[in-house]
Amino acid sequence: MATTTIKPKKYRSKKTSDLINKIATYTFMIILSIIILYPIAITVLSAFKAGNTTAFALDFGGQFTLASFERLFAESDYLRWYGNTLLIAVITMSFQVAVVTLAGYAYSRYRFTGRKNSLTFFLLIQMVPTMAALTAFFVLALLLKSLDQPWFLTVIYIGGGIPMNTWLMKGYFDTIPRDLDESARIDGAGHLRIFWQIVMPLAKPMIAVQALWAFMGPFGDFMLAKFLLRSPENMTLAVGLQTFISNPRDQQVTLFAAGSILIALPICILFFLLQKNFVSGLTSGGTKG
Amino acid sequence: MNEKQHLGTKHSRKAGLLSIIPGLGQMYNKQIGKGIIFLAIFALFILFSVTFGVQAIAGLITLGTEAGRDHSMFMMVEGTLALILYGIFLIAYGINIYDAFSVGRLRDYGIKTATSLKENFSNAWEHGFPYLLTMPAYILMAFVIIFPVLVTIFMAFTNYDLYHTPPASLIDWVGFENFFKLFTQASWRQTFFDILGWTFIWTIFATIFSIVLGITVAIVSNQSFIKGKRFFRIIFLLPWAVPAFITIMTFSNMFNDSVGAINTQVIPFFNNMLPFLELTSLPWKTDPFWTKVAVIMIQTWLGFPYIFVMVTGVLQSIPGDLYEAANIDGASGWQQFRKITLPMILFATAPVLITQFTFNFNNFSLIYLFNAGGPGNIGGGAGSTDILISWIYKLTTSGTPQYAVAAAVTLLISSFTILVAYIGFKRSNAFGNEDMM
Repeated sequence: MATTTIKPKKYRSKKTSDLINKIATYTFMIILSIIILYPIAITVLSAFKAGNTTAFALDFGGQFTLASFERLFAESDYLRWYGNTLLIAVITMSFQVAVVTLAGYAYSRYRFTGRKNSLTFFLLIQMVPTMAALTAFFVLALLLKSLDQPWFLTVIYIGGGIPMNTWLMKGYFDTIPRDLDESARIDGAGHLRIFWQIVMPLAKPMIAVQALWAFMGPFGDFMLAKFLLRSPENMTLAVGLQTFISNPRDQQVTLFAAGSILIALPICILFFLLQKNFVSGLTSGGTKG
Repeated sequence: MNEKQHLGTKHSRKAGLLSIIPGLGQMYNKQIGKGIIFLAIFALFILFSVTFGVQAIAGLITLGTEAGRDHSMFMMVEGTLALILYGIFLIAYGINIYDAFSVGRLRDYGIKTATSLKENFSNAWEHGFPYLLTMPAYILMAFVIIFPVLVTIFMAFTNYDLYHTPPASLIDWVGFENFFKLFTQASWRQTFFDILGWTFIWTIFATIFSIVLGITVAIVSNQSFIKGKRFFRIIFLLPWAVPAFITIMTFSNMFNDSVGAINTQVIPFFNNMLPFLELTSLPWKTDPFWTKVAVIMIQTWLGFPYIFVMVTGVLQSIPGDLYEAANIDGASGWQQFRKITLPMILFATAPVLITQFTFNFNNFSLIYLFNAGGPGNIGGGAGSTDILISWIYKLTTSGTPQYAVAAAVTLLISSFTILVAYIGFKRSNAFGNEDMM
């Protein structure tokens, strides 16, 4: 008797708790979405505002114009900064991907003296903050008379990413079965042939991810660029954009917003296109901060 | 090798000894071409020493003797470069002796060795291929990572600051003085430990919050009944996709005390919605406590998507029959979560914990771009939300630079992060079954 009265009660409470769970879940996800979208939305809206405001705010009223974009191109060095950053990014990407792919392949496929120790070294050296090198870079730049020279910054970008990316690249190569190159070797293929024709084509997804990271690095770096580039015409986007809002008395918020959109949009598109690839790259490569 | 008899010759020893002058050992082994190459490298070494090397190393030791004429900092940099190049020569020298010795050994056993340069090259190609592949990486790292790290280490033991700025005056070696300063001199010690304390609080909270939020979001949004998963996923990934410096600068503007959106829009909105709350505007950028709250919240916002993606991957890889079996055994939802889901997640996120921790420990851009380490001044040029890394930046770039102290702090935190990472990776077994293949 007692069990029959409890059973329907239990059933009903299961149903209501499911409903509560559903409501709670959606509420949580929607609130989180609002928190994420709020700052992004006000940046986007500000970019299309007329005139200049000193602060961001979510405001759908008022006129929408492209005036900020026009001012950005006509009155500021924005296009120049974009060109500088693109050039630095493309050079960084090409060299770093080449170097890292070669090294990662060597660490994955060959067993040589010093291999394990140097791998540990790679893993640890990537933990040294860039800050540790700041003063040294500065003095070296003075010595080479290359302060304010984009090439100097580019070399640092290329070299700085090597340890970690080699490690990730190696992790990916490790997931490509070795039987493939072994059988090619038996068939008489040389080192280069195995690398170019057998393993490389299979590693393309990871190479694409590496390229994306290397490319995005100069877009996202603020510290080094700020420290080593001085004149406005040599600046990269991050440093240049900061000049719009670094002066508390003269904040060019609409300009900043317009400039930000033109950076964030292409990067977001690249990010979402390659997203699947680099998530798997991350998990197979093991570690990334 | 077993089939071959030792012939009683002493080629290995002779060749090894002869190659004290590089190349001679190889020539003794009748590998003339190879010998010439080693000899040429040796000649290059002598040329380098005469024109640059010896003088540069001497400069590194003295750091200049006459102010105005000698530029101590350049001498240190040149000396460090020479040191690295000498290191490379030393490796080549070791290879030279090893090569002569091992070829001589083969001859001792009567094994025919390649003598022509062409054969030697193809030999080197066959066995040295991995070294060839890693060479560019090492060369770049030698100059972009190892060189500046060495300079920083050296600098930490000098008195390089505003009053010792070349070329007007010389820099001197002072031993551990900078480190003593940090730990014993009252004003320095106070600043150093204040910043150290906040750095740890910041690192721990920022890391834990992003991880907890990331895991929560992953679990919540992975429930099967949810519609529009792809849509939500795109939104949740946005903080990761948008370049961080843009969002940080935007937040910096939004948290402005008087005109920022948080105080002028968000808080009034809550007051309208829930009249009994009566929130007041908060001093986000002028009160240390609220600035600290703000930077931790912002880092949580920025950092959780990465964890979310990782954990979602883990959740989707847990085999479904595990839950089925648990169901049959009568485990409740909570039990399943605690005994299956959570351990899997924690296992997979353990290494991420380390990288997130070291990342936040050195998260310069957030602290600097949000409020430049401010508000206020807690001595040593540092603001109340400065973490060690942004303090170093200020020490180096301020009007009264303290390069040497900055270098000493850099050394301390670098050793600390490396230690944490090393222990962490050892434990999480980053090398794991790496040699099983």
